[in-house]
Amino acid sequence: MIHLQDITKVYLMGKRELTVLSGINLRIEKGELVAIMGPSGSGKSTMLNLIGCLDIPTSGSYYLEGREVSHLSRGELAQIRAQKVGFVFQTFNLLPRLSALANVELGLRYAGGSDRTRAMEALTKVGLSDRANHRPTELSGGEQQRVAIARALAKNPPLILADEPTGNLDSRSGEEVISILLTLHIEQGITLVVVTHDSIIANHCQRIIHLKDGQVVSEETV
Amino acid sequence: MKKWFEPLSTAWVGVVTHKLRSFLTILGIVIGVAAVITLMSIGRGVQEDVISRIETLGSDLIFVSPGATSGFGGIMGTAGSATTLTFEDATAISERIPYISSVAPSYSQSLQLIFGAENTRNQVTGITPEYKEAYNLDIANGTFISEYDYQRGAKVAVLGSNIAETLFEGTDPVGQTLRMEKNIVRVIGILESKGALMGSPDDTILIPLTAMQQMVAQPRTVQGERVVSSIALTVSNQEQASYVVDEISGLLRSRHQLSPNEENDFRIRSMEEIASTMSEVIGTLTLFLGAIAAISLLVGGIGVMNIMLVSVLERTREIGIRKALGARERDIWIQFLMEAAFLTFAGGIIGVILGWVVSYIITSMGVITTVVSADIVILAVSVSVGIGLFFGFYPAWNASRLNPIEALRFE
Repeated sequence: MIHLQDITKVYLMGKRELTVLSGINLRIEKGELVAIMGPSGSGKSTMLNLIGCLDIPTSGSYYLEGREVSHLSRGELAQIRAQKVGFVFQTFNLLPRLSALANVELGLRYAGGSDRTRAMEALTKVGLSDRANHRPTELSGGEQQRVAIARALAKNPPLILADEPTGNLDSRSGEEVISILLTLHIEQGITLVVVTHDSIIANHCQRIIHLKDGQVVSEETV
Repeated sequence: MKKWFEPLSTAWVGVVTHKLRSFLTILGIVIGVAAVITLMSIGRGVQEDVISRIETLGSDLIFVSPGATSGFGGIMGTAGSATTLTFEDATAISERIPYISSVAPSYSQSLQLIFGAENTRNQVTGITPEYKEAYNLDIANGTFISEYDYQRGAKVAVLGSNIAETLFEGTDPVGQTLRMEKNIVRVIGILESKGALMGSPDDTILIPLTAMQQMVAQPRTVQGERVVSSIALTVSNQEQASYVVDEISGLLRSRHQLSPNEENDFRIRSMEEIASTMSEVIGTLTLFLGAIAAISLLVGGIGVMNIMLVSVLERTREIGIRKALGARERDIWIQFLMEAAFLTFAGGIIGVILGWVVSYIITSMGVITTVVSADIVILAVSVSVGIGLFFGFYPAWNASRLNPIEALRFE
């Protein structure tokens, strides 16, 4: 499903070049549950952004479902994000002025059009159907992250990418979020890539990829 | 349908969540549109007023005045100074040209007037009895100059309402006498007011042309014909007006013995032509006023652009989120452009209502009857939407070009 081949990402910081990823080779099969771990600055988030087509590599090839996507235009990348990828962020990234339901609907909008029923179904899956009309500020952190998960899964994408999904949550809400993600993975066979510091999540994963200084230092299969 | 409705509803949410800011943003547009609507409605009102006043004089009126048509579009010299038009021309017109119901030659000159302690000069016009019919005049008080008065050169006068008011100051002028040069003239009638308009009969003093000839030496041409300052005539059939104008032109050219390469030494204008010229002039003036008011629309547009730029900056994170969810640059661009157009559209509508109310107040105060016309309303609203699209273009483009990763990191 995901095939990174000799991926390099170099950022230009003023006049200085900053190599964030150097020579990454990675394969993730359909339906896998993979954790990416590493110290901060190791390039985890950059790698997740590349996998999610939010960014393109400086060099190397990236095949997503067999299609080389590293040279696509911004518009084509947006289309792939809309159809194939669901993002879950550490800071939830819900729109504060919209209700939970409207936020979930927004996830469907660019994937082919808003659909209140599907949005409601997604909210029900994360157990928040009774909170549909609440705004993010009226929800707890755990609930907000569940809304964000509902937003990601509403369009039924083959791939969900989570960047430190429990990073801003207390341990109880964190566990809830983890169990929801795991259930999705098990019941719907969604490919799930999680960047995390949290060893509890990592222990549920089939594979843990350790990054350091922009390189894969070790892979362990659980 | 859905494709258009979604960006619209997003724009609506964007506007409603910042009510006060949205209102202040569109205030410039509101004031601009209201100013345009009000000024244009006043202009249109004046235009219709002038036309209707001209029409009370009679749109079937045709003027023949002496003097060549100059290249400037006016008449060379003022009426009466050129001595090419004669009483005999008028007679020939009434005898030989068809479709004419009345011909009224007249001769105007400034004469000394004395009434009591008043000693002034005023334009006095010597007329034939047909003058009343040609100019569509009505008598408010007394009688008009009759055929009998004309035949015997009676020293009688009919006054315009303004003149009557200035000279007699409220007392009834009919039956009173005044001195005109060395003659005693009796006032026999007062004209109905026609409203203040250039060349209005309100300011004239009419006496029989025959009496005029006794008071002053009416100039004569080389051929011995008596010079008049203008000939007014009415056509019996409006549709024949242009034929009549051509016929008169031909007749006068032959009477004045003009060779084919000589210009006319007279000018023929129909009231219709004068009315359309005047309404054109007023229309241009109105447009000019509207254009000045439209400058405030432009200023309002810059205000919209300013706020949209702030709004884009403030919502950088939202843009990042939308992009992560798969929004294309076009989606973001349309969203912000719609928001700007929506704002200015709302401003335009409110401005139209405000302008309408102001016009209504002006009308009800009796200053002038304003006319709010549909074309101006449509123009004002579409211009304000256009301003939104124009000034929203750059902020929306800025928004669409944001890098999603940087936008998501924006605090």
